[in-house]
Amino acid sequence: MFPEAFKYSVAKSVNHAIKWLLNTHGSAFDSFSSGILGLLLWVQGILVSIPWWAYIAFIAVMAWIATRKIIPVIVLAVLPVFIGMFGLWHLALETLALVITSVVIALAIGIPMGVLMAEAKYFAEFIKPVLDAMQTMPSFVYLIPAMMLFGLGKVPAVIATLIYALPPVMRLTCLGLQQVPKPVQEAALAYGATRWQLLKEVRIPLAMPSILAGVNQTTMMALAMVVIASMIIDVGRGFEAGISIVIMGIVIDRITQGLAKRWDPNRK
Amino acid sequence: MAENVIDVKELWKVYSKKDIDLDVEDEEMIESLDSSSDSVVAVRDVTFSVKPGEVFIVMGLSGSGKSTLIRCLLRLVDISWGSVTINGQEVTAMNKKELTEFRRNQAAMVFQHYGLLPHRTVLENVSFGLKLRGVPKKERRERAREALKIVGLEKWDDYYPAALSGGMRQRVGIARALVVDTPLLLMDEPFSGLDPLIRREMQDELVRIQEEFHKTIFFVTHDLDEAMRLGDRMAVMRNGEIVQIGKPAEVFADPADDYVARFVQDKREEIRKTDEQMAALVAQSEEVVSDDVS
Repeated sequence: MFPEAFKYSVAKSVNHAIKWLLNTHGSAFDSFSSGILGLLLWVQGILVSIPWWAYIAFIAVMAWIATRKIIPVIVLAVLPVFIGMFGLWHLALETLALVITSVVIALAIGIPMGVLMAEAKYFAEFIKPVLDAMQTMPSFVYLIPAMMLFGLGKVPAVIATLIYALPPVMRLTCLGLQQVPKPVQEAALAYGATRWQLLKEVRIPLAMPSILAGVNQTTMMALAMVVIASMIIDVGRGFEAGISIVIMGIVIDRITQGLAKRWDPNRK
Repeated sequence: MAENVIDVKELWKVYSKKDIDLDVEDEEMIESLDSSSDSVVAVRDVTFSVKPGEVFIVMGLSGSGKSTLIRCLLRLVDISWGSVTINGQEVTAMNKKELTEFRRNQAAMVFQHYGLLPHRTVLENVSFGLKLRGVPKKERRERAREALKIVGLEKWDDYYPAALSGGMRQRVGIARALVVDTPLLLMDEPFSGLDPLIRREMQDELVRIQEEFHKTIFFVTHDLDEAMRLGDRMAVMRNGEIVQIGKPAEVFADPADDYVARFVQDKREEIRKTDEQMAALVAQSEEVVSDDVS
């Protein structure tokens, strides 16, 4: 057994720290929280105002652009109708608003951070273990403090989703930039590209397939996290809700992956 | 200083895992660099100059430092020691901003692996250098079209590089170098990846372009044929050093040492064999031949 004398618990200090944060900076967390909530409700307002058939039409068009095949278009366009049949259309839109908000924030932070990782090696060395922690830590560990700090409801769900969904887009952005062929970069430098021009004209466009794979992964993880964050109670309803989430997952995944492939410069 | 386009003096380039502050006077240091497996002396005490309008060839086997040398001219690799002066400007003394300006306006480079942007069309690739300079879109498209006409690709504007053959891609590479209208053209084994017929065609093309534009060309190759066909003067490199500089015919006729001799020996052998085969063919043609003669 591990010697008793070496035992030391940090649980108390963590509790104290959270309490201290709440007491001293509570208002800052509140305003941050209401900012995110405002964004979320704004997105939700827009989503709710769009009629259901417009979604179906939009999905059909996007599926066509992404796959150029008739069967996937029909399947992807019909699947969401089931969500409506289960009577979950409005809840699905709320979920979608949550996902969109989280993903937009995740990308707004994640893509620049990924670029920074690829450009500054020391930053990458520092941030990688942080990403590992974000991905391996059980979500409950940060869900509960997030709820304490940001209140119950949707905001902690967005925060938890961010923590969970940020690493893949950062990693894949960084990886994509690192994999840009050296000869192409060298040619751009030889013609007098500055570091910024190299990034904008060469590295980011060539890393795009990888960055889009990151966007796709982040979206998928956000969907998965939303389910954990908004517990499902009744078994029968739970089944319907589960199916609905899976349907949303399939539709979003197929369309974003198809678009990512269209963007791949090597397929032109 | 106006008489030489390129002036390279006592140039050294050492690749090393550790940071080193090279001092070429320090013989012990050079010796330890040579014996260490952590460092490679890629360019060793190289001095030469290139005159305006000259096609200067650098020849050597792979690993002889010729690709590093051409990269030193644009400072695409950090220079360890010595000075490089191009068009009267000391490249080795430039700061970042001056270097960018220099690369944009003074020299254009053609690469063995083309280095084209796969996500840009042929026309956009050719106008890339002008874009970096901030030339307006309309003007750079016009100039890029002209350059494409020179290399015979005027109908391929909107294609992507992936749709082109190797020879055509290198034509795009050459057009990209011509469009920026620099006095100096750097070519790093531009035709090595092409099959022999296309290579020959491209060499002729380069000769034609050179007759029209009178650039100064710094050309790296491992192919003696190419060196003899294109070069006004050539330098032979081994282990980072220049072992001989002269007109290609001089190098061919009077190799400075064993290494250069072995380089040209194959060529001599080839000539001798061809002579023998020709003689044999002439002799055979007088008989009736049933076998394949190849």
